[in-house]
Amino acid sequence: MAIEDDVLVIGGGLAGVTAALAAADQSAQVRLVSYKQSTLRHASGLIDVLGYTPTGDGPLVDPFEALVDLPEGHPYERVGLEAVREALSFFDEIAGDAYDGGHTDANALVPTHGGTVKPTARYPVSTAAGLASDGRDTLLVGFETLPDFEAPLAASHLEAAGAPFAARGITVRFPGIVRDDAKVTRYAHLLDQDEAVTTAAGETTARDALADIVRSQLEDEARVGFPAILGDDHANAVRADLAERLGVDVFEVPMGPPSLPGLRLEDLLYDALEDASVRVTTGVPVVEYETGTSGQIDHVVVDRNGTEIPHRADQYVLATGGLVGKGVRSERKRVFEPVFDCHVPHPADRYDWFVDDVFGDQPYARFGLPVDRDLRPLDPGDEPEFSNLRAAGAVLGGYDFAAEKSGSGVSLATGYVAGQRAGMEARQ
Amino acid sequence: MSDAQQPTDDGGPGDDDFEPIQVFPEAEEMDLRPGADNCYKCSTCDTNCPVAEVDDEFPGPKFQGPEQWRLKRQDDHDIDDSVMKCSNCMRCDSACPSEVPLSQMHNTARAEYVEENMSKLSREYWRNRMLANYRRLAPLGSMFPRTTNFMMGLSATQWLGEKLLGITGQREFPEFATETFREWWTARGGAQVENADKRIAYFHGCYANYNTPEVAKALVRVYEHFGYEIMVPNQHCSGTPMFANGMLEDARRSAETNVRELAWALEDGADIIASCSSCSMSLRQEYPELFDFEGTEEVAANTWDAVEYLRVHEDLEGELEGTSVGDKFDDFAYHAPCHARNQGLDGQTVEVLDAIDGITAHDVGDSCSGISGTYGWKKENYETSMKIGSEMFEHMEDADATSGLTECPTCSMQMEHGTGYEITHTLEVLEAALVGPAEADGQ
Repeated sequence: MAIEDDVLVIGGGLAGVTAALAAADQSAQVRLVSYKQSTLRHASGLIDVLGYTPTGDGPLVDPFEALVDLPEGHPYERVGLEAVREALSFFDEIAGDAYDGGHTDANALVPTHGGTVKPTARYPVSTAAGLASDGRDTLLVGFETLPDFEAPLAASHLEAAGAPFAARGITVRFPGIVRDDAKVTRYAHLLDQDEAVTTAAGETTARDALADIVRSQLEDEARVGFPAILGDDHANAVRADLAERLGVDVFEVPMGPPSLPGLRLEDLLYDALEDASVRVTTGVPVVEYETGTSGQIDHVVVDRNGTEIPHRADQYVLATGGLVGKGVRSERKRVFEPVFDCHVPHPADRYDWFVDDVFGDQPYARFGLPVDRDLRPLDPGDEPEFSNLRAAGAVLGGYDFAAEKSGSGVSLATGYVAGQRAGMEARQ
Repeated sequence: MSDAQQPTDDGGPGDDDFEPIQVFPEAEEMDLRPGADNCYKCSTCDTNCPVAEVDDEFPGPKFQGPEQWRLKRQDDHDIDDSVMKCSNCMRCDSACPSEVPLSQMHNTARAEYVEENMSKLSREYWRNRMLANYRRLAPLGSMFPRTTNFMMGLSATQWLGEKLLGITGQREFPEFATETFREWWTARGGAQVENADKRIAYFHGCYANYNTPEVAKALVRVYEHFGYEIMVPNQHCSGTPMFANGMLEDARRSAETNVRELAWALEDGADIIASCSSCSMSLRQEYPELFDFEGTEEVAANTWDAVEYLRVHEDLEGELEGTSVGDKFDDFAYHAPCHARNQGLDGQTVEVLDAIDGITAHDVGDSCSGISGTYGWKKENYETSMKIGSEMFEHMEDADATSGLTECPTCSMQMEHGTGYEITHTLEVLEAALVGPAEADGQ
């Protein structure tokens, strides 16, 4: 016997989880299988839709205005503008008050740890007080033991970028952290649990000690930004406590990997899966599939540390990620999709896969699956590879999410559409 | 594009006869280089490490694995002693988005540290050796279970254990059963069902044999209910506590016995079933990663978790539909052991129990219990172990249940230690639902 469900989603990132939730929303019995942990922990936790056009214009004020002009084959063009809006509303409902930005179509500008600003459609509440469009003067605080955030540099970078406020950066010692390479989860845990720490002033708690250190250096700035390590499970309480003790607003600056806002988003999404009774299997890859009599996928085989376990569903969603998530892989002579070997268009000569300018218009960035408007992957003859397989997220081709700042939005929109249609069809 | 414009590192475009140049000599031992090279330092593993989150002193899995491996390419580098603080929960394995075999690297580094850098005369060495080789001590305790239980329960014994051996006095030693599973099995005359088509070889492990034979008996009754012929081959410790303590040679000896015995069972047409998630993890993943006896791969590929096997080979959920467990059990706070999680079994118990009427298993989240086998028994780790476990204790107390459920013997100890709840194994619940208490008691 196989392990049976109505819809099987392969991949546990933003696209996969959204697909699973959208399918469950159609009353289907859904299972999500994910091999390794999703790259959400690499991600900033920001939900962008479109920051720049494919030709590099931007930052865009209104991403939706630009969506209608995207080239054929772009994932947004495949699903259409309305689906993008519906997917965002779907996300807003899941995220509740953990995210801001739903009040407007316009992009928000969120300062990053490099001192640049990123145009984004939704942002974690922890970053809300830091928006670059806000004119209040800003103090950025970095830590000696956390070299990923160089606060003075980020502050001067923000000013140089034309932010409408004065920004100043300081570097302090984080109370309670001894080693030079403590993990970000260690910082977060100290603040979450408000653990006892010893400072020059004696025994105190982590939150008190941090507030004391910053207060002594606060001038007349109206808000203070920290690298995004302010707690994990109790991030809101940590921020509120620090704000109260400092007497000014406190915000987080999203960081590179591993990222607490990405981790919190992952927790939020997986809690939603549990609430929606989606069955979740993690840590094991899908390695094979068998087709049925009419060429549809009959079942897939999951490898559990060497033992092969069949999983059968009526509908399948492939959301295994792109080149980083390994949903698209490459060898010397080919680029391929490893689970179903779906067609990935790419030049035969690998020297045509890239251009020499590192930040140039890289062809490989657009490698991925071509799909029809139902998000079914297409073979070289433009026919669906399988009648019951849809694809979502970074495994799709035809867009460069890093350049466009469209990664989360595409994952949400295509995950939502793929999951909803899979759920509807499975129920019939 | 022509080769004149762009130098190529192969025979040129269109040349299919690419022959890579041999840069490194053929590996004679296990080759960890590809694994180390796969690490692009995203640090996802570090954010999953339950030890690094609570212990400043621990540099995390990324250091213990690929970074330490690279440092070791220089002859003048010893393995850092912090490798002994790794609890071997193996969460970093499934965390890594780039397929770095972290626990394999930790296991080999730990073994090298113990071999090269730990004094064989030290208290730590002997304490660890003793903890790792529970399987050798248990038969002694089990010979006079009541006396042993009495002795081990004495505060004087606990005090001595802590002072002499560095085994924490905070925990109570698990009690030895008055009749081991194997004694019971022999007394009942072995298998009660013969079936050449449906045959399993049960790897019960040490704990279900010496301490919780009720779990092993539950497995027997559930499998006989489905018409399976059960074989109970000779077996040694799975090796889990030995890997965790860097006693790789002890583990190798045990593994050799197990692979040989289990490979024979495979020849008899049996599949291998384990009821302890760390035992199945060991047979499935650690053996093929660390050893290459004849049959290692076959044993790994044919080893199953006890519940998973029934789900795939029988209609377990269909069979459970409409059953109940009467007053025997109530709702559970369920903890998925790290080693079950790493086998993709994290959601299984909740899904399966869903089919039984009147009871629910509430998943208490993905935190680690913190005991990690022998780790939390060591005096120097006790506090860290309890700090890691605090999240699970909180979630257990928040769950709408007053007893616990898990598949791992040491997680079970930690759950009981932290909450005072009585802890049950999933197989005992299936036994109650499928076989019923009356029939079970009558056997």
